[in-house]
Amino acid sequence: MTNLIDIKGVRHAYKTPSGPLPVLDGLELSVPEGGFAAVVGPSGCGKSTLTRLVAGLMKPDEGEVWLHGDLVKGPKSTVGMAFQNPVLLEWRTILQNVMLPLEIVSTGMNKREQEDRARHLLDLVGLSGFEDKRPSELSGGMRQRASLCRSIVHKPEVLILDEPFGALDAFTREDLWQTMHKVKAEEPFTGVLITHDLRESIFLADQVIVLSGRPARTQYVMDVHLTGERDIEMLYTAESAEALNILRQQIRIAQGRDAA
Amino acid sequence: MTFRQIGVPLAALVLFGLFWEWLVWVNGWPNYKMASPSDIWPAFWKFRGLFLEYGWDTLWRTVAGLLLAVVFGVFLGMVMGLSKTMRDALYPLLVGFNAIPKATVVPIVALMFVGQHDMNTILIAFLISFFPIAVSVSIGLSTLEPEYRDILASLGASKFTIFWKIALPKTLPEFFGALKVAVTLAFIGTNLMEIVEPHGRGLGHLFDSGKISADYPLMFAVLIALALMGIVLYYVVVALEKVFAGWAERNPG
Repeated sequence: MTNLIDIKGVRHAYKTPSGPLPVLDGLELSVPEGGFAAVVGPSGCGKSTLTRLVAGLMKPDEGEVWLHGDLVKGPKSTVGMAFQNPVLLEWRTILQNVMLPLEIVSTGMNKREQEDRARHLLDLVGLSGFEDKRPSELSGGMRQRASLCRSIVHKPEVLILDEPFGALDAFTREDLWQTMHKVKAEEPFTGVLITHDLRESIFLADQVIVLSGRPARTQYVMDVHLTGERDIEMLYTAESAEALNILRQQIRIAQGRDAA
Repeated sequence: MTFRQIGVPLAALVLFGLFWEWLVWVNGWPNYKMASPSDIWPAFWKFRGLFLEYGWDTLWRTVAGLLLAVVFGVFLGMVMGLSKTMRDALYPLLVGFNAIPKATVVPIVALMFVGQHDMNTILIAFLISFFPIAVSVSIGLSTLEPEYRDILASLGASKFTIFWKIALPKTLPEFFGALKVAVTLAFIGTNLMEIVEPHGRGLGHLFDSGKISADYPLMFAVLIALALMGIVLYYVVVALEKVFAGWAERNPG
C-alpha cells in the first residue's frame, strides 16, 4: 500500500544562543491515503515542529518528508492547516474567512461555486446563519468550526490539525469531535492530528503515534480498530479503556517516569 | 444623532464660554493678560478675510506634511517591521532624531531653504509627525502571530500576498491610533514654522502679527481657530478609521 504521508528518519535541531537544541531525532510516520493519524507525546516534544515539516514551512536537518510520492521542498497548496488558535481575520466575515484559501489556490471553481462550497461547509459544521457575522461575534467553539472549514475549503489532500480543540471546554470539544467525523465522511482527506488528549486520539484517528520526550522519535504506534458507532459512548467501552491504558503507559515511558 | 451626541457637547461648550467670560470679568483682567470670548469674536470678525486665507494655508500645509508622514512613516515601519536587521539598524537613529526638539530644527530648515515658505512648513510638519506612524506600523508588523502567516504561507502564498491580505489590514487599528497623534503633532510643526519664519503666511504668521502689533484678542482668536481646525482634522481621521478599521471596534454587550 502506498502511503500519502511518509516521514523517514527526520532529525531536526533549533539553533539557540546556548547551542543547538535537538527536537526531533529519528521520527518515522506513515499515513495511508484516507488515513487519520493522531500524534501524542509529552508537551514540548516537538509535535508542532512536525506539523511545520509536513506543511513544508521548514526543512528538516536530516531525513525526508514525502507527500503523495513527492519529496516536500516547500509549501504546497494540497495541504490544509488548522491550529489551536483559530486565527480568523477580524476584518472579514465568517464566509470571507472560509473563502480565504481560494484566493491563493486555484481550484478551477468560479466565484459562484467557491461561495456555494464555503456555504455548504459552514452548513456541514453547523454554522449556517453565521456567514455574515464577524469572528468577534462567535464563541470559541464556533470560531474553531469556521477555522476547520477554512482548512478544507480548497480540498486539500492532507489536513494538518495542530491541537485544534485544545483551548475548548470539554463539552464543546466532544461536539467538535462528532463534527470532525461528519466532515471526514463527506470530505475525504488524509489527516494528521496533533493532540495531548488520548481520548480524542482514539476517537478520531485510526492510528495513534506516541512520540518520546525531546528530542522526539517515534516510540510507539497503535492501530485503532474501535467497533461500533462513532459516538461518545464508544469511549466508555472495555475496548477503549484498554487502548487508553496502553497509551497512557506509553506516555509515562515517554515522560521518562517508567522504564521501557 | 441624538440630543446626547449633539446637545450635550454643545451645552458644555456654551457653559465653558460663559465661565471663561465670567472669570475674566470678575477678576478684572485686562485683555493682554486674558482675553474674554467677547473680545475674541470682534478680533476674529475684523480679520475674517485673513483668517480664511491664512487658515487655508495652515490647513493644506498641515495636511500635505501629514500625507508625507503617512507615506514615509508606513514605508519606514514596513522596512523595520519586516526585517529585524533593519529594525536594529534604524531604531536608535530614529529615536535619536525624535529626541531632538523640533523647535530647534525650525531655524535650521528656514535657513536651508530660505524663502521656500510652503516647503519649509510642510517639511517641519512632516518631520514632527512621521515618528509615531513608523513606530506603530513596525510594531504592528513585527508582532504578527506566526499562525497568521502560516495559514497563507502553508498554501504557498508569496510574502507580498501575506503582507497585503493579513499583515497590512491587521496593522490598521494601530496605524489609525498613531495617525490621531500625528494630526496634532503636524499642527504643532506647521505653526512652529509659520511663527518663526518672517514673511510667511498661515495662522502662525497671523499670530505673530498680533504679537508685534500688541493685538492680544487677535492672538487668542488664532488659538481658537487652530483648535477648531484641529478638531475637524481629528474627526476626519476618526471617520477614516471607522471606514477602514471599523471592524476593530467591539460592540458593547
